[in-house]
Amino acid sequence: MRNVLGPSGIGTKASSSSAHLLSLSQRDLDSVHSSAMGSLSSHAAIIPDLDSIRRETGCECARLRWLEPGGWGRRRCNAARMDLQRIGALAVNPLGDRIIESFFPDGGQQVDFAGFARVLAHFRPVDDEDIGNRDPKQPEPLNSRTNKLRFAFQLYDLDRDGKISRREMLQVLRLMVGVQVTEEQLESIADRTVQEADEDGDGAVSFLEFTKSLEKMNIEQKMSIRILK
Amino acid sequence: MLRAALPLLGLLLAGAGAVEEPTQDPGLPGEPPPGLELFRWQWHEVEAPYLVALWILVASLAKIVFHLSRKVTSLVPESCLLILLGLVLGGIVLAVAKKAEYQLEPGTFFLFLLPPIVLDSGYFMPSRLFFDNLGAILTYAVVGTLWNAFTTGAALWGLQQAGLVAPKVQAGLLDFLLFGSLISAVDPVAVLAVFEEVHVNETLFIIVFGESLLNDAVTVVLYKVCNSFVEMGSANVRATDYLKGVASLFVVSLGGAAVGLVFAFLLALTTRFTKRVRIIEPLLVFLLAYAAYLTAEMASLSAILAVTMCGLGCKKYVEANISHKSRTAVKYTMKTLASCAETIIFMLLGISAVDSSKWAWDSGLVLGTLFFILFFRALGVVLQTWVLNQFRLVRLDKIDQVVMSYGGLRGAVAFALVILLDRMKVPAKDYFVATTIVVVFFTVIVQGLTIKPLVKWLKVKRSEHHKPTLNQELHEHTFDHILAAVEDVVGHHGYHYWRDRWEQFDKKYLSQLLMRRSAYRIRDQIWDVYYRLNIRDAISFVDQGGHVLSSTGLTLPSMPSRNSVAETSVTNLLRESGSGACLDLQVIDTVRSGRDREDAVMHHLLCGGLYKPRRRYKASCSRHFISEDAQERQDKEVFQQNMKRRLESFKSTKHNICFTKSKPRLRKTGHRKKDGVANAEAANGKPQDLGFQDTAAVILTVESEEEEESDSSETEKEDDEGIIFVARATSEVLQEGKVSGNLEVCPSPRIIPPSPTCAEKELPWKSGQGDLAVYVSSETTKIVPVEMQTGWNQSMSSLESLASPPCTQAPTLTHLPPCPLGTEEPQAPLNLPSDPHPSFAFPPSLAKAGRSRSESSADIPQQQELQPLMGHKDNTRLSPGIANSHWCIQFNRGGWL
Repeated sequence: MRNVLGPSGIGTKASSSSAHLLSLSQRDLDSVHSSAMGSLSSHAAIIPDLDSIRRETGCECARLRWLEPGGWGRRRCNAARMDLQRIGALAVNPLGDRIIESFFPDGGQQVDFAGFARVLAHFRPVDDEDIGNRDPKQPEPLNSRTNKLRFAFQLYDLDRDGKISRREMLQVLRLMVGVQVTEEQLESIADRTVQEADEDGDGAVSFLEFTKSLEKMNIEQKMSIRILK
Repeated sequence: MLRAALPLLGLLLAGAGAVEEPTQDPGLPGEPPPGLELFRWQWHEVEAPYLVALWILVASLAKIVFHLSRKVTSLVPESCLLILLGLVLGGIVLAVAKKAEYQLEPGTFFLFLLPPIVLDSGYFMPSRLFFDNLGAILTYAVVGTLWNAFTTGAALWGLQQAGLVAPKVQAGLLDFLLFGSLISAVDPVAVLAVFEEVHVNETLFIIVFGESLLNDAVTVVLYKVCNSFVEMGSANVRATDYLKGVASLFVVSLGGAAVGLVFAFLLALTTRFTKRVRIIEPLLVFLLAYAAYLTAEMASLSAILAVTMCGLGCKKYVEANISHKSRTAVKYTMKTLASCAETIIFMLLGISAVDSSKWAWDSGLVLGTLFFILFFRALGVVLQTWVLNQFRLVRLDKIDQVVMSYGGLRGAVAFALVILLDRMKVPAKDYFVATTIVVVFFTVIVQGLTIKPLVKWLKVKRSEHHKPTLNQELHEHTFDHILAAVEDVVGHHGYHYWRDRWEQFDKKYLSQLLMRRSAYRIRDQIWDVYYRLNIRDAISFVDQGGHVLSSTGLTLPSMPSRNSVAETSVTNLLRESGSGACLDLQVIDTVRSGRDREDAVMHHLLCGGLYKPRRRYKASCSRHFISEDAQERQDKEVFQQNMKRRLESFKSTKHNICFTKSKPRLRKTGHRKKDGVANAEAANGKPQDLGFQDTAAVILTVESEEEEESDSSETEKEDDEGIIFVARATSEVLQEGKVSGNLEVCPSPRIIPPSPTCAEKELPWKSGQGDLAVYVSSETTKIVPVEMQTGWNQSMSSLESLASPPCTQAPTLTHLPPCPLGTEEPQAPLNLPSDPHPSFAFPPSLAKAGRSRSESSADIPQQQELQPLMGHKDNTRLSPGIANSHWCIQFNRGGWL
């Protein structure tokens, strides 16, 4: 087991989390992986790294399982696909596999903490104050409506062509709809779903069409988790 | 007249015996039996039920009267009007009987009037919304009610200590706490009555309304505890009694909820086995829910909570188990009962107020109570909201808080509870009663009247009703799963995690246990939405007249309207239809005949609007008129088949949108117009008769198309494009036109027998010569724009027919000179590109299915169908110069005569 409890199994709260990560990475230098935002290879870079992750994602990192006792980060800086797959309830989640996949965008087997937090940052609640104070020059925050939608969209769009084809819709429906519905019925549902959203008549749902079909829905609310605040 | 009305008021009331007897009551005891009577008056035997019925009748009539004026009801909530009506009636009673003895009896209220309202609200509670906000609801219901009760009671006591309450109000701290406990509870009946008309956003509504339902447990406990403390006397209350009081809060609330859930389980389980006795399904729902209420009441648990939980818990399974008709029956009965009970409650409240003996007025107490309940409600809401907002994802802003504070209406529950007080134990009962009446009246009338303008003024987010779409439903499920997964990954087991767990448990065990196997199969939410959307499409299709065929589904009303270039641009249309001609050629090659070009055009119409039905359609359709018994089932089959298949054709025609769309209309119009001509001929040129004839003709058209279509699907299996060649039996139309012309008195289409042989005779591949391919490729490019415009006219006129009652309109239109329709025509092409409600297509068989689904009202869609048809006929007759119509006439005759 790789995520065995370390010897210094103390609770990691917001104040101690960065120090914690530091000590971890010192122990497991070999597994340090260069993150998207910068290198973790030097010890000094680690604490700013965590801070910058927090700045970028807005995540209160200490609340994540990664840094909790027994979490993956206890001994390493990277989590493997296996770690996520080991989570019990994810296995029965119809979209579990796809969601795990979304943590590994490049098909890799490892994700570092920055990438991990970046994915989770999609689910931060939208703070009205954030919107007001945001620098217009900066890129949209990860928890914006568009990014939330994009996350959902790429769960459908398996081949990453920017479109949900009928086949992809059918696959999702097969996961979501119970086995009781026959294949024929599923297909007609998929057809109708695609046609409902499809506006340019290409038989597939583009991201724009996807957004439009959900424009009446309160995405900011439905794709947020309070504890990530 | 007043005397006659009097006994009516005696129902539900104690001591009704004092009512003056109607003068014409001869059945007095003591008189010698007069032998055989020709006429016997037995008022006494029917008195009680008769009074109840009359009472309800008066309430219902009052409702009708109120709603005669839209202006009044939009300004004044119904509850206010009813209370005022009650006041008037009470005044009449007082004036006539010289004493007021009618009031809302607590027993009647709690046992008969309250349960339907609570059941209705529990059963139709949006459960997802409710559980999403359960935390807030529970907080407001428990903490808020406790806070209100104690602060109000204590403050009133303080008021008395300060000497602001007259000394004749003999009440101690406990009495005031008792009064506070009964006056503090927000009343579900009042809240529902007022908030249903205000239409605030769902979250706000569910919080206020959920609170009013769930606070019953707290109210009951507080009331009982305080009441027993008062009866014991404050000196005898020991510490253990306080502990018991706290414990009873849990017992009463959790016990009530448990009773409700047990009965919900029983109810769901029972309805699983009612397959053969559908007729008792609605009865079961009401009986078991009522049993839950009575059981909880018997065990002195929270009955409101019990019946709420029962309704909330059973709905999913019951709805899946019972038949569609039972579902409607349950819904309507529940709404009827609830509305009835609500009406009576408010009316009786008004009457109860007119009782001078009850009025022990003390200004200090009344004003103090009014002030305190408003003040502490607001304060409590603000404090609780502040705490809740620390945890809530969607914060409740200041405006929400204002509405929540102001929406804390008191109602009949408080009144019934205060009536129940024992005058011996609570000497200040009369004062409390009077104060309660004032409070109830103030909240219902003043706050009820002002909350609507307030909501408008504050610009509170209103609830927006938008039709559900499959995409929304599917994506919502996706979001739920995503959130549950993310909570897993984060390692925090929050709300989404547990909801996901519950859903899995429900799917695995509960649904399996409580749902009929067949019901369980189709009880998937996404499938459910799909099914409902289809049904709605079908209904609106039938309503639109059932014959407005364009490319399938593109403009289904349930789908968001789209303005695709391909659809709106005429040039695009032309281009594409030109390119689509080769497709036609392929198909046409397989058809050996071409004698009747009309038939060929009909094919294109159908290939745009239809798809291949299954073979057994034919059987079911041909039996359609023979066996009336099997008809319904067959219609359902046809309907479901169509629903499944519709999208397939849609898909296949998707890339041929314009091509299929243009020609169908051409076809249809030509065909329809031909009908009109035929009918006109058959009716010896009497334009007044055309209505009926057209109706009949259209229906027959639909049926014969179906039959032919099934034929064609047999002959053309290789047709992947969903293009089906169907021959239109024109002779049949002519014949049927004549038949229907004879049937003016009885325009039911069912009388007219189908003529499948006639239709088969006309199949194009069975008859001779003619080159359809040439026709199609050349005609489409020229005719399309005109066709588009006629199609537009059709859809417009069918929309118009939708907007107004068809029965009245149909005859008037038949007499209309055709000129207005003719003048509309030139405008149509201009409107075309921005067509907001383009017509959509359905297989005609579907129209039939839909029609017979509502067999009882079968005439309505028929008459609606008739109108656009006539409009079109008028068009063609008026402007024979238009290429297509002219051509059609000629062609039709050529093929025919």
